[in-house]
Amino acid sequence: MSSESTTGGGIAAPRARRMRSLRAERLVDVVIRSVGPVLLALGAGALLLFALGRDPVTFYRAVWDGGVASGAWQDSAISMAPFLLIAAGLTVIFRANIWNLGYNGQFLLGAALVSGYGSSLVEHVPLWLAFVLLFLLSGAVAGAWTIVPAILKARFGTNEIITTLMMSFIGIDLASILIKGPFHDPTTPLPQTAVIPFDKMLPPIPGTRIHIGLLVAFAAVIVVHYVLTRTSWGLRLQIMGANPKAAGHFGVSVRRLIVVSFFASGFLVGLAATADIMGLWGYIRTGWNPAYGDTIIPFVFLARLNALAVVPFIAFFAVVYTGGDLAAQQVNLSSDFLYVLVGLILLFMTVIEYFGRRRDLGASYLSPGLRQSLLSGFGRRKASE
Amino acid sequence: MILASQVWTQIFWTSALAGGLVAGVPIMFTALGESISERAGVLNIGLEGMMLAGAYCGFLGAYYGHNQWLGYLAGIGAGVLASLVMVVLCVWLGLDQIVVGIAITLAGEGLTSVLYQNRFSSSQPQLPNVPSAAIPGLDRIPVLGKPINGQFPLFAQPLIVYLGLGFALLLTWIFRYTNVGLNLRAAGERPDALDAAGISVVSTRSYAVLATGALTGLGGAYLALAGAGGFQPFITQGQGYMAIVIAMLARGRPIAVVAFSLMFGVALSLSTLLQIAGINLAPEVVNIIPFAAIIVALVLFARRAYLPPALALPYVRGAR
Repeated sequence: MSSESTTGGGIAAPRARRMRSLRAERLVDVVIRSVGPVLLALGAGALLLFALGRDPVTFYRAVWDGGVASGAWQDSAISMAPFLLIAAGLTVIFRANIWNLGYNGQFLLGAALVSGYGSSLVEHVPLWLAFVLLFLLSGAVAGAWTIVPAILKARFGTNEIITTLMMSFIGIDLASILIKGPFHDPTTPLPQTAVIPFDKMLPPIPGTRIHIGLLVAFAAVIVVHYVLTRTSWGLRLQIMGANPKAAGHFGVSVRRLIVVSFFASGFLVGLAATADIMGLWGYIRTGWNPAYGDTIIPFVFLARLNALAVVPFIAFFAVVYTGGDLAAQQVNLSSDFLYVLVGLILLFMTVIEYFGRRRDLGASYLSPGLRQSLLSGFGRRKASE
Repeated sequence: MILASQVWTQIFWTSALAGGLVAGVPIMFTALGESISERAGVLNIGLEGMMLAGAYCGFLGAYYGHNQWLGYLAGIGAGVLASLVMVVLCVWLGLDQIVVGIAITLAGEGLTSVLYQNRFSSSQPQLPNVPSAAIPGLDRIPVLGKPINGQFPLFAQPLIVYLGLGFALLLTWIFRYTNVGLNLRAAGERPDALDAAGISVVSTRSYAVLATGALTGLGGAYLALAGAGGFQPFITQGQGYMAIVIAMLARGRPIAVVAFSLMFGVALSLSTLLQIAGINLAPEVVNIIPFAAIIVALVLFARRAYLPPALALPYVRGAR
């Protein structure tokens, strides 16, 4: 696949010269393509702040103060736990060149069940067992929520973007119904679940305020990375992502792989729900939808669908997320400004991808299947070169 | 008793149809736009963001221009501007349509929310009611034509609704009987054949995406002007995505798009309907119905949902 794409790019440079400078180029390439979009987006964001009559320096300094300085980094680390798990779930499914955009419904459904059953479960079984059960429960439920899109995709090839989004909307409303109905805390008129006592939540890592959900997240990231890069399953997934037809000819059971990878993706998103509810919030109220996945997608791409490489990006985003909320308050701006920043990162990412490819700067952010369309997008220019 | 049941039917049916129109028209415009670009081979996932841009700018235009037509124009302009990003990145440069679409949605959501809250969060101004034009004759037919408490006059809709319905017919004609329609379909079915016939795939798709932007912006503007009478952050609530589904289910046929959109509109206005019928359901249960209907439709008709073969693939001259 890679040799085909490099020769297919229409490069005039001699092969030998390219081999020599490959390593240095690749390093530069990684920096440009990964950090470049983020810096450009922050710059464009600063211009936007300026246009809105806010001081960008004040804003970004407030992000630093609220997200890193004097112990605030621990808050950022806490928010990293669900982010990393969702990122791992998206990495799995994007590698298969499938779009699971139903993460919000999967997450909230898992979160509703965890907060609904969690408050009674932590009273009745040993705490460690309760945590294990809750992680498994939310994972299984969120995974099960991908089954309909997965089967439709596997059997009929129905566009999974549509089906996952529809299932997501249903899941969000269903979570709300559960919170108002069976899981409603009878002691309060507010539409929320019973609050899990603080000492029954995920314990902190000794010496910090950070709950052990972060360790679970890191473990999941390592497992996902291992499975994707060191096992035959990961290889089959990648082959299917590159070309489902060819994968079928190689003896890969494409239909089963679609369903399994969908379930794995949903399962990881579900783990994020337990980490967030049992680690940070302790209850859930209707109307709460953090929509973490929306803003995490760009970073999964920036990390080029590599589960380990996503960690520094998520760390960066956790700082912006935690500090950005406070910073937005400080300059009296809606915290939805974060969506603008993330959208800008995605746009700059695709633009840099364009320039990068024109210089043939090595590998892409996107998996071969996803970048197939990107790589071949310059018929006209190719003819002139 | 007889009188009571008559009133019930009148209110129920009139408000079912009228509510379906009010909720369905923004989706109709957007889905008509999406079916144009889907036919031309461009999958536009950024509809949600474009709709929000159209809604916000439409609101601005109507608020400062004191005229609904200025609002619609501003909405169209905003939609075209947002789709220009897609034209440059996806059609001209051939970048991934889904990534760019997500980016447009995110940026549209964030930008409109920030701008609105920056300027209007304390005042939250409302727009005056959009004047409606009654169809002479039809507005006097016995049951359906009569307004109830001055509301829901079915045959007295804002002028733009009639224009939209007329446009759907026009689009059917364009798709079926004109060269433009043939070119659009070829750009999605066999772009290489279109290229071989001497017609630029890139410019055909560019015009298609710009038309999508204009219609989506108009849909957003209608949502703000006639639907909500003002703007709120995230006012679209996933209607952009619903439009994509409808365009897909309708297989690019404009009349089917209109029918599906209005059915969807009825489903969206179900909660009021059920209240009128005396059935009390939690709003969440009612909200689920349209989405569940789509999933059921997809399960039942999955094999019949048709997408052009070249959808979401950039065109490369000479590539196989």
